[in-house]
Amino acid sequence: MNPSVDALRTTFGDAIGRAEAARDGETIAFVRPDRLTDVMRWLRDTPGQAYDYLVDVTAVEYRDRERALEVVYFLRSLERHADLRVKVELDPRGELAVDSVTPLWAGANWLEREVYDMFGVTFRGHPDLRRILMWETYAEGYPLRKDFPLRGRFSRAEQVRQALNANPEAHYSLEELSIAEAFDEVPAEMRERLRRGERGKLPFDE
Amino acid sequence: MKHVSKEISGSPNWLVTRFDHLINWARANSLWPMPFGTACCAIEFMATAASRYDFARFGMERQAFSPRQADVLICAGRLPFKLAPVIRRVYDQMPQPKWVISMGACASTGGIFDNYAMVQGIDTVVPVDVYVPGCPPRPEGLLYGVLMLHKKIKGESLALPALRDEQPLDAKGLRMPPDEIDEISEPFGNSVHQFRSS
Repeated sequence: MNPSVDALRTTFGDAIGRAEAARDGETIAFVRPDRLTDVMRWLRDTPGQAYDYLVDVTAVEYRDRERALEVVYFLRSLERHADLRVKVELDPRGELAVDSVTPLWAGANWLEREVYDMFGVTFRGHPDLRRILMWETYAEGYPLRKDFPLRGRFSRAEQVRQALNANPEAHYSLEELSIAEAFDEVPAEMRERLRRGERGKLPFDE
Repeated sequence: MKHVSKEISGSPNWLVTRFDHLINWARANSLWPMPFGTACCAIEFMATAASRYDFARFGMERQAFSPRQADVLICAGRLPFKLAPVIRRVYDQMPQPKWVISMGACASTGGIFDNYAMVQGIDTVVPVDVYVPGCPPRPEGLLYGVLMLHKKIKGESLALPALRDEQPLDAKGLRMPPDEIDEISEPFGNSVHQFRSS
């Protein structure tokens, strides 16, 4: 068992639920959803913990409808060579929402978008919560939920119609292309084209 | 000079042929492929292009990575719905005459991916001339498909200009009636036994 769990318990008390060993030997710590940000910040910033790298964010829904939907965070400490999994349990019948960890790890941005896209989990405080794999006008729901039919909800003809009517260039925003941050460094002519909205819209134009 | 002109008049430097034959011969033997590689079929496609199989032998010397200079669109791999408008636009940008080869099980039928994300056969999106079966097809398979396309091209006639008409999408944005798409996309083989969860 990862010693971080005991440290978490002494610091956060009953905000830490059960802890168990995963099949591959990693430790899984369950955290109450409302304390997630505090716990994660503590895990990242406390010297003895130093989980500075968020490897992945994903979610699990079980066939048993009574079981909670879990959002899973894979943490790694690059300096200590240690791993920890943190899980948050959400009631699939209620509102699926949890605080975003993007302010802590910028890399969580796309990971949380993927979980939102596939499971419909809302991440509060996420800077850019849009679909990432399916296109933005996708209207059939969240494909990895257990109540989602394998072939989708619409007929094949309707799926083809909606796909062909989608604008393939609408997927990429300037944030995604990381142009917004380097905006002052791009050539003037390109800046002008971006200002005209030739491709996407700049976030600070409004 | 006299001597030279005499020699020319006596040599067989002209011939008589059908116009269709000549045009189709030229078209079939200088097909420039536009590769649309999305999956493992594209690996076999690359093998077909490389030295051992070398489809340049069949006049496909130049791969046109610009649709405006391509003659045959080769969809090598599965096509997700998200890419459907992209392949349609690539097809629309290709000038006539143009042909389409659907390479592999996924491009032709959706293959094993009978799910929410996958087009069940690219013929619901663009017209297809030759389907190459296989998962993925070996380079010989693709070459056989190319040769079948040669045969098809050699059977065309300039007297039938409708063959080369553009076929734009209809008012609904589809290229065939919806019930036809549903029929083409119906599960078959093993995926008949796939159950829908819910």
